[in-house]
Amino acid sequence: MPRPSDVFLTLWDLAVSGALWTNLAPSLMRLLVGSTIGATVGIAVGVMIGLFSFARAGLVPLVAAIFPIPKIALLPLFVIWFGIDEASKYALIAFGTFTPTVVSTYGAVDNVDRSLIRMGQSFGLRWSTVVFRIVLPGAMPGILSGLRVSLAIAIILLVAAEMLGAEYGIGAYILQAGSLYDLERLFAGVTILSMLGVLLSTAVGAVEKHVLGWRT
Amino acid sequence: MELRLEGVSHRYGDVEVIRNIDLSIPKGRIVCIVGPSGCGKSTLLRFLGGLERPTSGSVSQVGEPPSDSINPLTYVFQDFALLPWRTVEGNISLILSDHGVPKKEAEDIITDVLARTKLSDFRKALPKQLSGGMKQRVAIARALAVNPAVLLMDEPLSALDSQTRELLMDDLVDLWTRAPFTAVYVTHNLAEAVRLGHQIVVLSRRPGAINEIVEIDTPLAERSSADPDLERTQQHLWALMRAEAEAADMELIDD
Ligand SMILES: Nc1ncnc2c1ncn2[C@@H]1O[C@H](COP(=O)(O)OP(=O)(O)OP(=O)(O)O)[C@@H](O)[C@H]1O
Ligand SMILES: [Mg+2]
Repeated sequence: MPRPSDVFLTLWDLAVSGALWTNLAPSLMRLLVGSTIGATVGIAVGVMIGLFSFARAGLVPLVAAIFPIPKIALLPLFVIWFGIDEASKYALIAFGTFTPTVVSTYGAVDNVDRSLIRMGQSFGLRWSTVVFRIVLPGAMPGILSGLRVSLAIAIILLVAAEMLGAEYGIGAYILQAGSLYDLERLFAGVTILSMLGVLLSTAVGAVEKHVLGWRT
Repeated sequence: MELRLEGVSHRYGDVEVIRNIDLSIPKGRIVCIVGPSGCGKSTLLRFLGGLERPTSGSVSQVGEPPSDSINPLTYVFQDFALLPWRTVEGNISLILSDHGVPKKEAEDIITDVLARTKLSDFRKALPKQLSGGMKQRVAIARALAVNPAVLLMDEPLSALDSQTRELLMDDLVDLWTRAPFTAVYVTHNLAEAVRLGHQIVVLSRRPGAINEIVEIDTPLAERSSADPDLERTQQHLWALMRAEAEAADMELIDD
């Protein structure tokens, strides 16, 4: 085991030499693009499932079927479809965040107080207003707590994707360190991942505080 | 505008819920509907509001709704149905803006209805900061804001404690006295019915049919809880309901 102080020094070197940013920037980009696509589509599909029984009948079994597939196992497939470059990484992360987001959104929409939706309909509100002003805000607590899970999964998949054919990125950095048994750098990389996780979770917390202030 | 039910019957699957109801809701009056639990009162209200259609019979509107009516048939629900993430004002403005009322005009409407429901000081409050009675006043303000031709109220005071209920009944009487509105008011509380109803429709147990229609001529503003005439009417209503309610109760146990 490397000593914590050595890991810290390695981190420091990384930061000073600029290598930290060289690796972090592409990782953040992949995380951002992949999870944005996955979460957006996931929320849209989850809302559809929650609102329409025909969508529920068709999509729930489909989601149940793809949820347990380890998405990492599909990486070679994505590489064939989207090439070895960024697109396949985006696709993997998007796909991995999509399923948990669908499941949590669908549950959250299902839990929205039906009397509020009935109220909207009885006042003759447009369909889009009912969805965007009643259903989505009502489902927001569940969607955001689902997002915490989805983003953690996104980090895991990010690393996996970067271990296969990425020049730069936290995952590539860790893989390199691992193959050289350079434990200090390995731990430095893992520390960065953990910090990324904490950062994302804090960000979701801040959004929750801002958006869900009406709750408490 | 008047609402008219003609020969309305309804079944859910094998269960006959409503049998052959003829009823008209005259303009500017409050029609109370009372009846034992499960006799189809809420179902009837859904027909009146056009949320559902009866298996047979017709529901029709006689005459045009007022041209400035934004939502001619408007419900007030027992559970208030306020959006907890919107302020008092925001709950009302959502509906006005969706119906394309210009912002300035919406502001004026909101100011007016909040004043009428004594909520002016709570314009920026969130629902969680309000008591049950206040929440229902917000829901009533919201309903008044769309200037409905007919208000459809399903046990609007049932979730409130008895003092609050008294206060809100007085408020409703005040509101009606200042600007008469048309309303169908479903309740299981006979005291509410004799206090607020110009007409009280007594339904039988399921399948709900009209048992009797009681008219009360005393003006709303002059009714007091000690009034012997009203007391007698309430007794009469209770006598009508009692046997039905008992029978309905037994049926529920049998099911
Ligand atoms: N959507 C539905 N599908 C099937 N049965 C229904 C439906 N809605 C109501 N019912 C049944 O129809 C009957 C009348 O229901 P309704 O809610 O109109 O009664 P109610 O008079 O309002 O009762 P309460 O006093 O309890 O509010 C009940 O037996 C109820 O179980
Ligand atoms: Mg009911």
